[in-house]
Amino acid sequence: MTGQELLNSLGKLFGAKLQNKTEFRGETTYTILPSDLREVARFCRDELSFDYLIDITSIDNFGEELRFQIVYELYSMTLAIHLRLKLRVSEEEGAVDTVSDIWPTANWHEREIYDMMGIKFNGHPDLRRILMWDGYPFYPLRKEFPLEGLPSEMPDVAFTKAAPLEGGPFVTQPSTATAKDREPRAHPPEL
Amino acid sequence: MPETHSTAYDSKIEGNVIFTRFDAAINWVRKNSLWPMPMGLACCAIELMATAASRFDIARFGAEVMRFSPRQCDVMIVAGTVTYKMALAVKRIYEQMPEPKWVIAMGACASTGGMYRSYAVLQGIDQLLPVDVYISGCPPRPEALLAGLMKLQEKISGEKSLAAQKPELTKKLNEAFA
Repeated sequence: MTGQELLNSLGKLFGAKLQNKTEFRGETTYTILPSDLREVARFCRDELSFDYLIDITSIDNFGEELRFQIVYELYSMTLAIHLRLKLRVSEEEGAVDTVSDIWPTANWHEREIYDMMGIKFNGHPDLRRILMWDGYPFYPLRKEFPLEGLPSEMPDVAFTKAAPLEGGPFVTQPSTATAKDREPRAHPPEL
Repeated sequence: MPETHSTAYDSKIEGNVIFTRFDAAINWVRKNSLWPMPMGLACCAIELMATAASRFDIARFGAEVMRFSPRQCDVMIVAGTVTYKMALAVKRIYEQMPEPKWVIAMGACASTGGMYRSYAVLQGIDQLLPVDVYISGCPPRPEALLAGLMKLQEKISGEKSLAAQKPELTKKLNEAFA
């Protein structure tokens, strides 16, 4: 069975659960619902030989209804093919199921997403911050978090201050505008 | 044959006696055996290692003894980006160093935060430690670090070491000779 046939079999088996399929330059991306994640992930690993979870990333689509997007990059060592799974989560829900028992490497990836984006993972065995310290009150990669940071204080542990940006040019504006309008140089400092 | 006369010096040890000031002697000893604490946090640490290696040879200035225990160090070379998570650890290591101690902020990040105008990076180690010498560069060349070290040696040679270390003794001596 070739890789393409495998991917098609995924499409057949989960026909109703796969919301969308895109092909771009030989990369296959499926969009799924958060509720189907574990079922699809298990099938991908056990039946389709996707034994390697390369990465999990999260995207903040600030201003949209389903604000967060989580992307799973899978790879099959035996067939040498990639598969990408995407799902959307709303800010209110703010949580998806863990896959750290399916691919152990997901443990730290999910901790990083929790640390930087504030998305929780149901059933994660050790959901602590991984880069910032425990007790840091913000989620720095969210769009509304300012680049220069916000002041925080934990005596004897750590502290942060806002960095002096001086209105500097490298500041994107959180909005649904296109990249052209969010582009840093479009907002020169007011002199 | 003319007789020899004994002078102020004993001729047997004459030439082995040097008259100097306490401060000059102490400072001379201190500045030529600066043992660094290599606080290597980012790419500046690579240049710090290059400075220690044979081509640039920091041993020419008596600072080749990188000590990884703060208790044996004289000068902390903060080489790299100090994140907020690391900042208090750096401060703690500095506090464990015995007096007298000095700090070199090596490179743009340690001096000002450098290009990292961001939530995660301390905007200059001088917010936590008293910095003696700032070295510009991203990262600085080994020559720049050596120049910074020589600047620090210059600074040390001008210090009032005895007065700073033994204030009561200096006071007594001043009164005795007044």
